[in-house]
Amino acid sequence: MDTTTALKNTPLSAFHESLGAQMAPFAGWNMPIQYEGIINETLATRKSVCAFDICHMGEFLIKGHYKKSGLDRIISAPLENLAIGACRYSSILNAEGGIIDDLIVYRKGLQEWMIVINAATIEKDKAHFLKNLTPETHFEDPSCALGKIDLQGPLSRSVLETFIPTAKNLKYFTFCETDVCNEKNIVSRTGYTGELGFEIYASDSHIQTVWKKLLENKLVKPAGLGARDVLRLEMGYSLYGQDIDETITPLEAGLEKFIDFEKDFIGKDALLKQKKQGLKRQRFFFKSLSRRSPRHLHKIYLKNREIGLVTSGTFSPHLECGIGMGFASQALEIGENISFGDERIKIEAVVCEKPFVKKTSIKN
Amino acid sequence: MNIPNNLCFTKEHEWIKIEGDTGTMGITDYAQHALGDVTFVEIPKKDCEVKQFNIIATIESVKAASDIYSPLSGTITLNNSELENNPALINQSCYDQGWIAKIKIKDIAEKKNLMDSTSYQKFVEGLAH
Repeated sequence: MDTTTALKNTPLSAFHESLGAQMAPFAGWNMPIQYEGIINETLATRKSVCAFDICHMGEFLIKGHYKKSGLDRIISAPLENLAIGACRYSSILNAEGGIIDDLIVYRKGLQEWMIVINAATIEKDKAHFLKNLTPETHFEDPSCALGKIDLQGPLSRSVLETFIPTAKNLKYFTFCETDVCNEKNIVSRTGYTGELGFEIYASDSHIQTVWKKLLENKLVKPAGLGARDVLRLEMGYSLYGQDIDETITPLEAGLEKFIDFEKDFIGKDALLKQKKQGLKRQRFFFKSLSRRSPRHLHKIYLKNREIGLVTSGTFSPHLECGIGMGFASQALEIGENISFGDERIKIEAVVCEKPFVKKTSIKN
Repeated sequence: MNIPNNLCFTKEHEWIKIEGDTGTMGITDYAQHALGDVTFVEIPKKDCEVKQFNIIATIESVKAASDIYSPLSGTITLNNSELENNPALINQSCYDQGWIAKIKIKDIAEKKNLMDSTSYQKFVEGLAH
């Protein structure tokens, strides 16, 4: 089958191609992987500011009481205490506690919500929401017509406030609906890079105007998904489909702090049972002792004994060494020596804490 | 796409410059572009024997790890130790400062299995479609 014909273009794909970006398929979309180079784009995001086309991601709009609608049972994080204008990272789980998707919930009103989900999971997420929301709850999937640009980096605020003055006052994980190039759009202070940053939502017809406006500012460089992947890994953030999936629970993935055990939610019983029985595998983070990088599905060895698998790995331009995360069948201590690799090669590494890059502008 | 006309090429995008019984090899502009930022090169050891189209080195980029194959059979006489601290030389200067190894050529008749610059140009153009 020729899969290239089925690839979807974002409203910005033509821009990327005209700027000479390297394009590649990601989650069924024709996405820019890099412009001038992944390392330069990674460094520019941490030092200055970059714009990322994230139009492929999905959005759901839900109207209903947080509890009576069934939403509170679907989302594993607390909703009741989420302020209007604030957003929160969370996950939706199956009955076994496996992660169907990770997402961000935006509370737009007392009974109005926007859920931002991964691109590859839109259809199965939709089915899960429709199955578990009450029939009278309003559910809408504007994913195909709604785009998103991430503006990330320590200079992102000063760029945005030149044409979106309200962006200046946004606190970490809050959002506003405000005028963006003559259209009312959602702007949130969120991101996936670990830097001060914003996500701008706009209709597919309007997103090109916003992109052009951002790139008019000479400080702003376009960056691809390659840099985004390095940036999120340097922070130790999980990527759905690679680091987490339906066979992995938030407890195993080290995401327990995002779970509200005080309330009822789908998957809770399974998580409580798992807590009682103990974890068969646990997420851990590690640094290579050289420039060699761990790769997805490399094996992890402790004193030559295989104890786990790498889920994500790359080269960190900031640490100038390989970094990765994976699962191990036993608890590992910070500073413990391990190795990773395959049948041909084993590379020395050391268990460490996340984030790999500690001083960033995220809370500036 | 830069393809110098005094080199021979493999289908795996390695180049070799043949001077007498010595060959200097590296990866092509097409290869370095496809790999993206090179972050590590496993440099072949001196005196190692290599066979044509067998693995001679491993290159890692931010995106992936790739095997590099020897264009000809022979013995490695010199490796580019500059690449150890500055693997980005492969991106910046793949035909010059980013060379990988020099080999003493065992059998020059193997050259018939390589492409000249015109054939390689056509080969690369064919890949784009």
